[in-house]
Amino acid sequence: MGFLFWKKKDKLEAAETSEPEITEVEAPVEKPKRTLFGKPKPKPEPTPEPVVIEPVEIVEEVVVPEPVLVVEEVVAEPEPESTPEPEPVLEVVELPKRSFAMGIKSLFTRIKFDPENLDELEDVLIQADFGVIAAELIVAEVKNRAKKQGAESEQELKSILEELIAEQLERDDKDLNLSSGQLPYVVLVVGVNGVGKTTTIGKLSKYLAEAGSRVVIAAADTFRAAAVEQIATWSERSGATLVRPKTEGQDPASVAFEGTEKALAENADVLIIDTAGRLQNKVDLMNELDKIRRVVEKNCVIAEVLLVIDATTGQNGMTQAKAFAEVAGVTGVVLTKLDGTAKGGIVYSIQRELGIPVKLVGVGEGIADFAFFDAREFARGLVS
Amino acid sequence: MFGNLSDRLVETFKNLRSKGKLSASDIDATLREIRRALLEADVALEVVKNFIEAVRVRALGDEVNKALNPAQQVVQIVNEELVQILGGQQRKLAFSKKPPTVIMLAGLQGSGKTTLAGKLAKWLKDQGQTPILVAADLQRPNAVNQLQVVGERAGVEVFAPEPGNGKGDPVKVSKDAIKHAEKKQFSVVIVDTAGRLGIDEELMEQARDIRKATDPDEVLFVIDSMIGQDAVNVAKAFEDGVGITGVVLTKLDGDARGGAALSVSSVTGKPIIFASTGEGLDAFEPFYPDRMASRILDMGDILTLIEQAQKQFDEVEAAKLAEKLAKDAFTLEDFLDQMQQLKKMGSMKDLISKLPGAGQMKSQLENFDEKEIDRTEAIIRSMTPMERRQPKVLNGSRRLRIANGSGTTVTEVNSLVNRFEQAAKMMKTMAKGGMPQMPGGMPGMPNIGGGYAGGGKSKKNDKKKKGSKSGNPAKRAAENTGQPYGNSGSGSSFGL
Repeated sequence: MGFLFWKKKDKLEAAETSEPEITEVEAPVEKPKRTLFGKPKPKPEPTPEPVVIEPVEIVEEVVVPEPVLVVEEVVAEPEPESTPEPEPVLEVVELPKRSFAMGIKSLFTRIKFDPENLDELEDVLIQADFGVIAAELIVAEVKNRAKKQGAESEQELKSILEELIAEQLERDDKDLNLSSGQLPYVVLVVGVNGVGKTTTIGKLSKYLAEAGSRVVIAAADTFRAAAVEQIATWSERSGATLVRPKTEGQDPASVAFEGTEKALAENADVLIIDTAGRLQNKVDLMNELDKIRRVVEKNCVIAEVLLVIDATTGQNGMTQAKAFAEVAGVTGVVLTKLDGTAKGGIVYSIQRELGIPVKLVGVGEGIADFAFFDAREFARGLVS
Repeated sequence: MFGNLSDRLVETFKNLRSKGKLSASDIDATLREIRRALLEADVALEVVKNFIEAVRVRALGDEVNKALNPAQQVVQIVNEELVQILGGQQRKLAFSKKPPTVIMLAGLQGSGKTTLAGKLAKWLKDQGQTPILVAADLQRPNAVNQLQVVGERAGVEVFAPEPGNGKGDPVKVSKDAIKHAEKKQFSVVIVDTAGRLGIDEELMEQARDIRKATDPDEVLFVIDSMIGQDAVNVAKAFEDGVGITGVVLTKLDGDARGGAALSVSSVTGKPIIFASTGEGLDAFEPFYPDRMASRILDMGDILTLIEQAQKQFDEVEAAKLAEKLAKDAFTLEDFLDQMQQLKKMGSMKDLISKLPGAGQMKSQLENFDEKEIDRTEAIIRSMTPMERRQPKVLNGSRRLRIANGSGTTVTEVNSLVNRFEQAAKMMKTMAKGGMPQMPGGMPGMPNIGGGYAGGGKSKKNDKKKKGSKSGNPAKRAAENTGQPYGNSGSGSSFGL
């Protein structure tokens, strides 16, 4: 399934519906960057068959299939006047699905996985940062199911494990909450230092812009040296409007507020707010985040608060998630740097214990290197 | 979730008291707890396994069975082994005999290289060196700008001939930087490289080329203390791919336990040289293996406690007190002052429960009477100034008068005077840099083992006496004036 996104309808497009989208589609033909994505799923019909993970060569294909298709209810008829959508000015855009399983290194590169060394599974999971407790629980459950099903071969055990991880992580609220129709959708991006917040914003902004939406970015990281320049570069690459702090070290909340004003004035679809990295045990900085939230809510509804977590993060990820969830009301996790050797197992516990879904995945430094999280794909990437 | 390791071990050993001896299965149970604690602190599994084996061998030996408190003895062994792996003692930065000294920084994306480059430059500058920063991260958007800003803040020149953002050749920039530094007589060249993944062959190759081109005296591997199990893979990849000479642990001002430190030292055998503890340019310090060991083991929340103490203790008062201690002029008045300072830090129960091993004292804590301090205060306030300054003059009739005046009994007055004398003696020893044998009770607070007032002070005093040992002139100066080094607001990893 692709990702549905209600955006404000372009006046141009409102006139004639069928054709122009396609031109827009062609725009983002990506330079063959890194090859960490598998094939993007065109999503023609709901084939539940798992994405076959093709070998790396397919980069050329990457954006070819109609990634942005306007699914206005009335596409068949020539007159699109009576769209029964949430609001007549909005249109539904389906964003292309991207695959990230290729980027994940399998858990079982070093050991063989068979009934004899089922106990080693615990070690393997611990090494993937699942944590001792989660690892023990998973192993117990795999054993339990294997017994019930009489599973013996490596393949059978692997599929039990894959199924288990996938079903534990499967959620129906994993899509970005960008369909309420209350524009602009405000996305607040938070996290500790160096996890990839700015890069994530660049990618997300580009992705949304490709779907024809107007994006405003508020550079509310007024603390770190040259952070504003960094987001400015990304903003330029993605064609978004940037709201900069007027003075150095301006109160981040006021930059965020100016962001909301700009977004409203420009009739933007999405406002993304970049915040400074902060360690969760710094009370003052966490309070600052709370303030940003409060100030933004004067003007807009916050659609998403995304917590960015680096896949290399160990058990401290849990502490991060708890602290940010409490202060900032995190609605989703972005798991970045999954293209390295780290597996990001900590998100399993975060999602299971705190109920915060993983929504996005980052797999490289290129502007196209990200995908929407998919539990099955994640499980398959880990186990295969 | 869980208490700290000490508490959990005490729990494991609870049934043991009657037996008095540790069986192999007792030790197994203990080691399981230690294993879990280390894994929760993100020490890599393979490192944990080797470590546990080493501890097992020692734990089965005599030293544990003969110990009065086997649980603590085991923790002690674990601690010693940890410190040993972490490098035993600090290693200093290596300088080239023929300047410029070249320091290359390498690590994953977001590990904190650029920020660290600025701190290192400032630190070196404060030591009288003339460092120059080299912008060889031409990949991340505006990394060059960031380094320029950092350099400006540190008051250090930045060599940045290329704009970055994907343009320019970092190898050439590094090479040119060395020539530039030689010509302009900079004494240290710090090369900030792009973040790279260990498995990115192309970029690792580039890092090797930079190394070849600059022939650095130190290749510092910069790693985030929040990293999990992957630390071993990353460390190996950088050790094999670039070759490192030392490690810098960053973001230690967070609350991660930092098991990665152990993984990295153990896998690479390279010492951790610095700890980076905040975003300010001064939030930077040499690495202390022993403190890191306590942190990984979570031996009590000493960190918070000391931070609290640092904030609350009046620096000037503390300096005066240190002087008095050294001159043997510690009086009951000072004692009273000290107690009032202590009270500012909050409830005693709360304070003591943060100390390591406090778990064992829980029942005593429950019984602890906060009023006890008030009574002590009352007794001292009922004394004349002379009595406070020279407790020796307190004869029987004076003591009776004081007891009546404060609404206590002579016995209570006696015991306070005794405790005071003990405390004064203890503090004198510590002020001279010795390690005192903790007497039975904390002055002013009966029934609680091991005193904090003395402990906290002693660290301060210790530090003052030894202050001049610091290799960093700024830090030395700071110590000598009694100011905490660095901005305590930015948080020190170890609380000192």
